[in-house]
Amino acid sequence: MLERIRSATGGRILGLAPLDLIGLLVLAAAIIFVIPRVADRGAGYLAQVIVFGIALGAIYALVALGYTMVYGIVELINFAHGDVFTLGAFISLPLLGAFGLVEDKSHGIGLLLGLIPVFLITMALCALVNVAIERVAYRPLRNAPRLAPLITAIGMSSILEGAMFLWRGPFNIHYPDLLPANQIPIGGGVTISAKSVIIVGVAIILVLALSLFINRSTLGKAMRATAQDRDAAQLMGININATIATTFFIGAALAGAGGIIYGLYFGTLTAFLGFTVGLYAFTAAVFGGIGNIPGAALGGLLIGMFSQFSDAYVDTAWTQVLIFALLILVLVFRPSGLLGMRVPEK
Amino acid sequence: MNRLLALARANSRNPNAIAYAAMLIAALLYPEVAQFITGGNGDALVGLAADAGVFVLLAIGLNVVVGFAGLLDLGYAAFFAIGAYTYAMIASNELATSPLHHAIHVPFWIALFVGLFVAALAGALLGAPTLRLRGDYLAIVTLGFGEIVPRVYRNLNVWTGGVFGISAIDPPTVPRWLGGPWSGDPFGFLTDLQLTSANLTGFYVVIVIIIIGVVILVNNLQRSRLGRAWMAIREDETAAAATGVNTVNIKLLAFAIGASTSGFAGAFYGAKLSVVNSDQFSFTISITVLSMVVLGGMGNIPGAMIGGILLYFILYKFLPDAPNQVASLFQSVGLGWLNNTNPNGWPGIGEEVNRLKFIIFGLILVLIMLYRPQGLLPSRARRLELTHDEVTGIAAPRELQT
Repeated sequence: MLERIRSATGGRILGLAPLDLIGLLVLAAAIIFVIPRVADRGAGYLAQVIVFGIALGAIYALVALGYTMVYGIVELINFAHGDVFTLGAFISLPLLGAFGLVEDKSHGIGLLLGLIPVFLITMALCALVNVAIERVAYRPLRNAPRLAPLITAIGMSSILEGAMFLWRGPFNIHYPDLLPANQIPIGGGVTISAKSVIIVGVAIILVLALSLFINRSTLGKAMRATAQDRDAAQLMGININATIATTFFIGAALAGAGGIIYGLYFGTLTAFLGFTVGLYAFTAAVFGGIGNIPGAALGGLLIGMFSQFSDAYVDTAWTQVLIFALLILVLVFRPSGLLGMRVPEK
Repeated sequence: MNRLLALARANSRNPNAIAYAAMLIAALLYPEVAQFITGGNGDALVGLAADAGVFVLLAIGLNVVVGFAGLLDLGYAAFFAIGAYTYAMIASNELATSPLHHAIHVPFWIALFVGLFVAALAGALLGAPTLRLRGDYLAIVTLGFGEIVPRVYRNLNVWTGGVFGISAIDPPTVPRWLGGPWSGDPFGFLTDLQLTSANLTGFYVVIVIIIIGVVILVNNLQRSRLGRAWMAIREDETAAAATGVNTVNIKLLAFAIGASTSGFAGAFYGAKLSVVNSDQFSFTISITVLSMVVLGGMGNIPGAMIGGILLYFILYKFLPDAPNQVASLFQSVGLGWLNNTNPNGWPGIGEEVNRLKFIIFGLILVLIMLYRPQGLLPSRARRLELTHDEVTGIAAPRELQT
């Protein structure tokens, strides 16, 4: 019977491809599972979870942008990207001290004037590291079999983790809690921490700046052209190597900023943080549609929300399992993501 | 005898044959040499070699997936975990406290194959929907799977002992003559002697025999129709499909065979350690095995084995021993102040050496892929295709090049 329906509709049921249908069923089951638990805890709790989810999502979005830009332009999963994010947090630690920012002592305008150079220097250093990685480990292998750059990417990730491990050891590192701890009431007994507002604000500014850059500037145009067709772009006189290096530069700058924000928000770091965060962010990039910049921002937000909901309503021990399961499900059922288009393999 | 000599002469220039012969001789001599140089206290060294054997087995299995079929599997430790946990659950008292209320004690040799089949099944279940994906997506899917499996084992604490894992797993039982001339009781035909931590040589012998069997099997596979299909897919999947290779099934077979080897190794590992714990199967294991295969030479069985042996001894013998030796070296050359920890986070030079592990993985992966993508002991076909610069097409005549 099912076969007959399928053959009559060209493999589709109710206008959906069979794989999409299974995906939707899984989604429905998840929603039915969570709804009673959400109702149990009340609306105030829900609002709190959503606020946390947005703040976390903003961080994932910043990292996911780098993954998606690099994948869009050279079709490489830059495994080292997550570790560049951690590197941002690690580099900024001594810089905070150098600019006189001390926990509980820096406030107001002094804090702002200190944080801005810390952000800029960290972003620049992370960007240079990432460009160097591209130059050393990916560019020589651009025409090699696909497996080769993937393996060097894993290797670079391991080297970065190893370097930070050498530097700071296996311990949890305390990151100074500089942002104001005020709670802003928004009515109905629900409060938003000032921290979350600042973090989301910074992330939004960075994402807007990035999309302006890509859509308006000449270099952004060159990046879009290179992503579409590298050879044709080269024939039009675009310097491919410089464009790809710029992509790595910008992606890493955003990840470095994400690292500082993570440190300021959560207050602890380890050398291996980038592995998990990187995977989450990659999930976000795939979820939104890899190669698609608004998609990565949206995906980051959704993954942040998803992980907070799972922490709050399922069990923190299962959050990672659920996110990685989501990653596999998305790749199997909808590899083009939410906003991406189905691209044939090149 | 003459025939043996002729065989030796015919293969005297074949690097693979030399590598096999060298490894076989080394494997036979190792326990005696280890006992000899330590004055009879070499049990720890022999046990270490038994663990190295487990990793060699893993490297052979991953070589099928990555080297033969060209599928990057970054979650190989997952199947290792599945094999180990399967063995641990069906050969210990663990299930007595589970909802089953009944402990199962399957004999070692059967349980080993149960571990193998469960891992192969998991590999097939994961592979069936995901092997359609392009190579880099597959890498991410396996990476995700590798993160999921140990966490699921840790979270299902009713069945698997949760954070503490499963301990007091049944040791393997083997006929005593397998202990051979090394066990000190060569011809006692007492069956069912239990291998315990007091008799690590027995584990060593068992793993060496297993490795020999697996090498013969995988070698035959490589030369079979299936092996050629794997290589065709690795070179060019579209062309392979066009020439009538059922790419999905063939890739699935590679994946499942790799997974089953890993599961087999996991079951043995569980039996040897007599403890399994979800922390033993982290991403570090997957990347260790990948580094072994890349170091030795992707697509070449003796290469992967030698890479496995080398890297295992660097990571688990040289690095753990190094801190003390490095510290005393620096003391003796007058740089003793480097050994003192200081409050800025410097833990002493010895500890820093001990932390080098991740840099070593990274350097192996990057440097080998950049400068010698065929590995230390390359397979001939693989070397030709990985040194891609030379075959960029027919160059224009000299005078036309500007």
